[in-house]
Amino acid sequence: MERLEHRLGFLTGLPIIVLLLISFIMPLFVVAGFAIMPQRVFELAHLPDFSSFAVIWEQGYYKSLLRSLGLAFLTTAILFVVCWPLAYGMAKVFGRFTLVITLAVVLILFVSENIRLFGWTLSLMKGGLIEGHLRAWTGLSFESPLYDWPVIVFGMAYVYFPFMLFPLAQGISLVPDDARLAASDLGASPARILFEIEMPLAAPGIMVGSLLTFVLSAGAVAEAKLLGGRSVVVLTDDVESAFTFGQNWPLGSALSLMLIVIVAVLAMVPISRINLDAIMGRKR
Amino acid sequence: MLVQPFVRIDNVTKRFGRFTALDRISLDIAEGEFLTIVGPSGSGKSTLIRLLVGIDDVTEGTISLNGSRIDTVPANKRPTCMVFQSLALFPHMSVGKNIEFPLKLKKVTPADRRARALELLRLLRLPEDYYGKMIGQLSGGERQRVALARALAFDPEIIVFDEPLSALDYRLRKTLEKELKDLHGRTGKTFVYITHSLEEAMVMSDRIAIMRRGRFEQIASAEEIYSRPVSRFVASFMGEVNLFDLAVDGAGQPVWQGAGVTAAPGALTLAPGWQGALMVRPELVRFLAPGQSADFTVQGQMAAEYALGSRIQYSVQTEGGMVITVERPFEARHHGAPGAPVALGWDRDAVHPIAGTGEGGGDGKA
Repeated sequence: MERLEHRLGFLTGLPIIVLLLISFIMPLFVVAGFAIMPQRVFELAHLPDFSSFAVIWEQGYYKSLLRSLGLAFLTTAILFVVCWPLAYGMAKVFGRFTLVITLAVVLILFVSENIRLFGWTLSLMKGGLIEGHLRAWTGLSFESPLYDWPVIVFGMAYVYFPFMLFPLAQGISLVPDDARLAASDLGASPARILFEIEMPLAAPGIMVGSLLTFVLSAGAVAEAKLLGGRSVVVLTDDVESAFTFGQNWPLGSALSLMLIVIVAVLAMVPISRINLDAIMGRKR
Repeated sequence: MLVQPFVRIDNVTKRFGRFTALDRISLDIAEGEFLTIVGPSGSGKSTLIRLLVGIDDVTEGTISLNGSRIDTVPANKRPTCMVFQSLALFPHMSVGKNIEFPLKLKKVTPADRRARALELLRLLRLPEDYYGKMIGQLSGGERQRVALARALAFDPEIIVFDEPLSALDYRLRKTLEKELKDLHGRTGKTFVYITHSLEEAMVMSDRIAIMRRGRFEQIASAEEIYSRPVSRFVASFMGEVNLFDLAVDGAGQPVWQGAGVTAAPGALTLAPGWQGALMVRPELVRFLAPGQSADFTVQGQMAAEYALGSRIQYSVQTEGGMVITVERPFEARHHGAPGAPVALGWDRDAVHPIAGTGEGGGDGKA
C-alpha cells in the first residue's frame, strides 16, 4: 500500500519534475558549459578551459562580486531590522488591521519594479520631485542622493521589502505567546526575550526572509542601473556587459556561475538547519 | 496577635472593558500553603492568577507579599512563577537549558547552574541524562516535570499552576497530583493551583477556594467544603449529590417540594420560614429492609444501576418524581431489579442544610 502511494507520488510529481529540469536545471548546465569554454572562440568540442576564471581574478572582477554580496548583505540586515517591528505587529498585535497592511504591500507589487524605481529616480534627482519642491518653496537645496551605493541599498530594501516582511511575520506567528509570557515570568527583560526566545523560535521565518532578500539582492540589476546610474558596478552589470558589449560568453558564464555557487553555498547552511514544515504550519 | 499574611489579595477588581472578570475579591494565603482555586470556565480563576504573577494589571485593589505591594511590580521582577497550562517550555532549548533559564538570568555561573539543574531533575525523579534531551523528545508527564523544575529553579515565593494537568490522561494525572502534593511538602513553597476539578483540588490542597462569576463562593478546607458546602453551586461541584428542596412553614413543619420524603419528628431543626435545600451525599443514603427505619425515609422505584468499580451507584425514582442517587460499597451492594420498589433512608447526621433558593449562596467567607 505504501509502495503504491510512493509510486503515485512520483508519477503525479513527474510533470513538474520534467518542467523544472528543462526550465531551471538545464540552463544551469548550459551556463556551466559556457564557463569552461575557451575565451572568444565558439566551439562545442574542446577541452575544459578555465581561463575565464583566471580573467575574473586578473582583471579584478571579484571586486564587483564582493560589492554585490556586500550590498546584498547590508540590504538584508537593514530589512530585517526594519521589518521586525512591523512583522511583529502583523503577527501578534494588529489583528484585523494586518489585512490592510498585507493588501497595501501586495498592491505595490502590481506596479512593475522598473516603473517604481524610475519613480524614485524622478523623486530623488536634482530638480526632481523632492529637491525641486523644497527649492521652490524655501530656496534651500541639497545634493541628489542618487548615483551612489546607499541609494542602491535603499532601492533594494524598498523593492524586496515584502520578501522579508511576510516570511518574518509568518515566523513570528510561530512563537507561542505563552513562551514569551513564561520567559518574562521567569525574570527575562524584553531584550532577553527578543534574543533568547522570540528570535530563535521565529528562526525559520528569519531564515526564509533573509535568504529571499539576500539572493534577490545579490542578483539585482535594476537598482544599480536606475538609482546607481552605473556609478557603482555590481556583478550583474559585469555579467550583462560580458554577454552584450563584450561578446565574451565564457566570461559572463563564469561570473554567473561564481555568483550562483557562492549564493547557493551561503543559502545551504541555513536551509539545512531550518524545518520548512514548521513554517508551512505542518506538525513536525 | 496580629499576624501579617504572607500574600494578601485585597479588594481586587479586574475589568476588561465593560466586563468585570473579578469583583472586589479578597483572599489571604499563608506561607507554605497549598491553595487551590476551583471554578468553571469564565469564573475568573485564570484572571486572578494572571494578576498574581503580573501578566495582567489589577484595575482596583492591591496584592501584597509580606506586607509590600507587588501588584505594581512588573512580571519579570515579581517573585512569583507560573506553570502554564501549555507548560510554555522553550522548544528550542534542551531540558537542561530550560531549567537553567531563570538561573542564567540571575547570573549564576554555568557550573552552579548545571549542578542545580541536575539536582532538580533528581528531585522530580527524572534521569540525569535528560539534561541534554530536547523538549520534543519528552512525554507529556516528563514535560510536566521539566516545567515544574524550571519553576523551582527560579526559586519563587509563590508557584502558580494554571491547570497544568488538564491535558494529561486520567491515570497520569492521578499520579502527578500525588507527586505534586508530595513535592509541595518537600519544598515548603507556597502553591496556588487552579483547576475546574474539585476532585483534583481535594487530593492536593490545604484549602480550596471556589469561584463563581468573579467572586469567591466558599473558601475552606477540603473536608469543610465536602461536608458543608455553603451553596447549591458548591454542592453541584462535587458531582452527584442529592438536593431536596424544602421550606419550613410558620408552624415549623417541613414542606417538601416533589420528593415525598418523610422526616421523623425532631430530625429537622430548622427555624420556621427557612427555605433552601437539604444536601445528602449518595454514600450516606441506605436501602431500608422491611421493618428498618431511619430519620428520613422515602419510597421509590429502582431506575438504574452503574458499577463504578469499588462502589455501585443506583438511581432511584421517588414517588414525587425526583431521582435520588445512592452509592454503596461493592461488598454492600443492593440486589434489586430495575422497576422494583425500594425504600431509602438516611440519618440526621447525613443532612446538610443549604439556605437560599438560588444557585449561589451569599458572599464567600474569606
